[in-house]
Amino acid sequence: MNPGSPVHAIPDMFSPVSAPAEAIRQLWWLLGGISGAILLIVGGVVWWCATRFRALPGEDREPPQVYGSNQIEFAWTIVPVLIVFVLFLATARTIYDVQAMAPPADALEVTLVGHQWWWEIRYPGLGVVTANELHVPASVPGAKRPTFLTLESADVIHSFWVPQLAGKTDVVPARRNRTWVEPTETGTFLGQCAEFCGTQHANMLLRVVVDSPGDFAAWVEAQKRPAVADPLVAAGRAVFESTSCVNCHTVAGTGAKGTFGPDLTHLMSRTTIASGAADNVHAQLRAWIVDPHAIKPGALMPAMKLPDDQVDAVTAYLSTLR
Amino acid sequence: MAVLDRSLASSSPGEAVRLPVASRLHDWVVTADHKKLGLMYIASGLVFFLVAGVMASMMRIQLAFPQNDFLGPNTFNRLMTMHGTTMVFFVGMPMFFGFANYLVPLQIGARDLAFPRLNAFGFWMFLFGGLLLYFSAIGSEGLYGAGSTPDVGWFAYAPLTSRTFSRGNATDYWILGILLSSVGSTATAINLVTTVATMRCPGMTLRRMPLFVWILWVDAILVLFVLSPLTAAQVMLLFDRFLGAHFFDTQAGGSAVLWQHFFWFFGHPEVYVLILPAFAIASEVIPVFSRKPLFGYPIMVAATICIGMISMSVWVHHMFVVGLEPGANTFFAASTMAIAVPTGIKIFNWLGTMWGGRIRFRVPMLWCTAFLVEFVLAGLTGVILATVPIDWQLSDSYFVVAHFHFVLIGGLLFNIFAAIYYWFPKATGRMLDEGLGRKHFFWFVLGFNLTFLPMHVPGLLGMPRRIYTYMPGRGWDAWNLVVTAGVAVQAVGILFFLWNVISSLRGGEPAGDDPWDAWTLEWATTSPPPEYNFEEIPTVRSRRPLWDLKHPEDPDWRWE
Repeated sequence: MNPGSPVHAIPDMFSPVSAPAEAIRQLWWLLGGISGAILLIVGGVVWWCATRFRALPGEDREPPQVYGSNQIEFAWTIVPVLIVFVLFLATARTIYDVQAMAPPADALEVTLVGHQWWWEIRYPGLGVVTANELHVPASVPGAKRPTFLTLESADVIHSFWVPQLAGKTDVVPARRNRTWVEPTETGTFLGQCAEFCGTQHANMLLRVVVDSPGDFAAWVEAQKRPAVADPLVAAGRAVFESTSCVNCHTVAGTGAKGTFGPDLTHLMSRTTIASGAADNVHAQLRAWIVDPHAIKPGALMPAMKLPDDQVDAVTAYLSTLR
Repeated sequence: MAVLDRSLASSSPGEAVRLPVASRLHDWVVTADHKKLGLMYIASGLVFFLVAGVMASMMRIQLAFPQNDFLGPNTFNRLMTMHGTTMVFFVGMPMFFGFANYLVPLQIGARDLAFPRLNAFGFWMFLFGGLLLYFSAIGSEGLYGAGSTPDVGWFAYAPLTSRTFSRGNATDYWILGILLSSVGSTATAINLVTTVATMRCPGMTLRRMPLFVWILWVDAILVLFVLSPLTAAQVMLLFDRFLGAHFFDTQAGGSAVLWQHFFWFFGHPEVYVLILPAFAIASEVIPVFSRKPLFGYPIMVAATICIGMISMSVWVHHMFVVGLEPGANTFFAASTMAIAVPTGIKIFNWLGTMWGGRIRFRVPMLWCTAFLVEFVLAGLTGVILATVPIDWQLSDSYFVVAHFHFVLIGGLLFNIFAAIYYWFPKATGRMLDEGLGRKHFFWFVLGFNLTFLPMHVPGLLGMPRRIYTYMPGRGWDAWNLVVTAGVAVQAVGILFFLWNVISSLRGGEPAGDDPWDAWTLEWATTSPPPEYNFEEIPTVRSRRPLWDLKHPEDPDWRWE
């Protein structure tokens, strides 16, 4: 975690910091401008008709009966056709700019796997596995480096959406979708799953942490190390390794090799737990271990019904996994 | 032309002999009369509308504040699914079939639809399909505990609907409820297509048919084309769920995207199935209250047919974020933008109709005028969403929710209200109260805009749809509170409407045969019309037979 990086609380598509999102904002102003003008004109005509041609009290003479005019029809057919044609050209250009972008040789490759209801994040070239908080390097002058994402799903359809970085791309099972981001500012950017994926769709949040290239390299190094083994929390580790925690979670360097749940090797390097549903602080972590459903009803992690002292021990152990 | 002779006295309401309640009820159950079936469609649509409206209100209470505890995730997801499914299949569709049933035979000078018994069959299939869907609330989990209504969203994306992710039977109720009602819809659509093709009165050529009938005719044909893919997909899903097929089962090589193609090949034309009746109503109300014939009738017919055809080639605009090829996305952006052209032409022609008229702003016309403005905004946000890259941001966000509520409320519902105020006198013999109608209009339009204008904003700020809760501090809180407040204002409008209907049914001002000084054939018979509609089948010589009758010095047929 880089303390210097601000969290951008509002995932606002009008404050893009990455190439695809910036292209979309430009297109928005074209569309918004033309649409606003049309709305004003048509609204004005309606207003004019409603005031100018309103029947006055007692006026029951029929107005002239006009059946139509081919010239007028032609005019108001051709004008929308021209407008639509211009919009179409602008649209087509941006589609190809974004979708047909080929990854440069030094692009960072990341695989994002959607699960009910959390994100698995893999860096195949770097040997790093994490969850729910995607770290990418900023693309700065002199070190331009976009990140290309391969999107996969372990179960149902999810959707990757971080509005300040890029438009959304669905995460479809049995399919590999690609998208890319090229952030130019550091900071934490918020997003969340945008395709309904079941009970806890609402709490499938995603954070993208954009690090400076140096910070990113340091983060990668830290993530590649196996889990710390602190003798002071051996009791908690014993509880963790002897209960079914290990069936779903991985802690590198231990017997825990499960893959149904998030990798916990460097749990404490993340700012949130439960895919963003709670802050990663001791009290919340403990509450999560006691009963995940109190925080995220319907989450697939069961309440383990551990006695209090074991909960304390496990929480203490997990709190050392930096 | 004898039947058009307005000296034929109309019966005043309440004059008929009152039968016992059981007999009257029996009469409604066994009827094959298109007018009674039409009213039953509209009435059951209104009941479903109120139910789904209450669901929407509950969801809005939950979303008024971040991390609210009013509803849990499962309840919210069920309400969301049932609200959407109900509004589309059990409110929008019966409104189309209701008004088509009641008015098409009257407007073409026929005594009934072509197949009256098939018509009754269609209605009851629709109604019991809806009831089956709601029965899931008690029936779906069988003996094992509380029931569950479907909770997979109204478009039920695979593989969330597979047995792995949707246990129990809720999804099966969703499939079967809609499947049954689709059988009814298909039957009624066949009936309407046949009726318009074969049962028009003497003199009513296709060029003289009221635009209302034209639009509903195209609509019925559209239903025939697009409901079958949905039915096929639903049967395939049933095979997946019960017979171990793998059409949509991604864990066994099935395709999640295939379901989306099937669903939206139905789902997008369905939007036009729902909105075309609104166009039909506006094309009837605006001329009568502007006191001018519809501007550009042949162009309006052409635009309608264009919309019907193009609507079947735009479905992928619901799938721009699925990750299809840029070529496919570009093609469907073009087709989607193209459909804005005939729709725009319609707007311009309605304005051309108002231009130079002597507009009487009675309640039906108020609704149609408001519709024009709201629908232009709906269309423009539609073009914005057709712009693929913008859709990558806004698809599945609250911006989309705001957009299609503008289409379906500002577009469709406003016109349904117009139609109810306009034809209520014909169906009941009594006027709806003008004062209450204006209150209804004022409160509902205010509430609608208070709800759905601000709703665009959280979408622009990154709020996805279908979430039961959200984190504070994202810039969404205030907008959501305003949206929820707007719902309360809309509810006030609805209460005025209900009060108006109930009180006017009992004591409304007697309407007479032709309270609006209108021009189509339904106003030539009594209010309510007799079971046989017309004593003698009328003969028409122009698009506005009653204008000809009232203005022998300047009849329309002279200009044809």
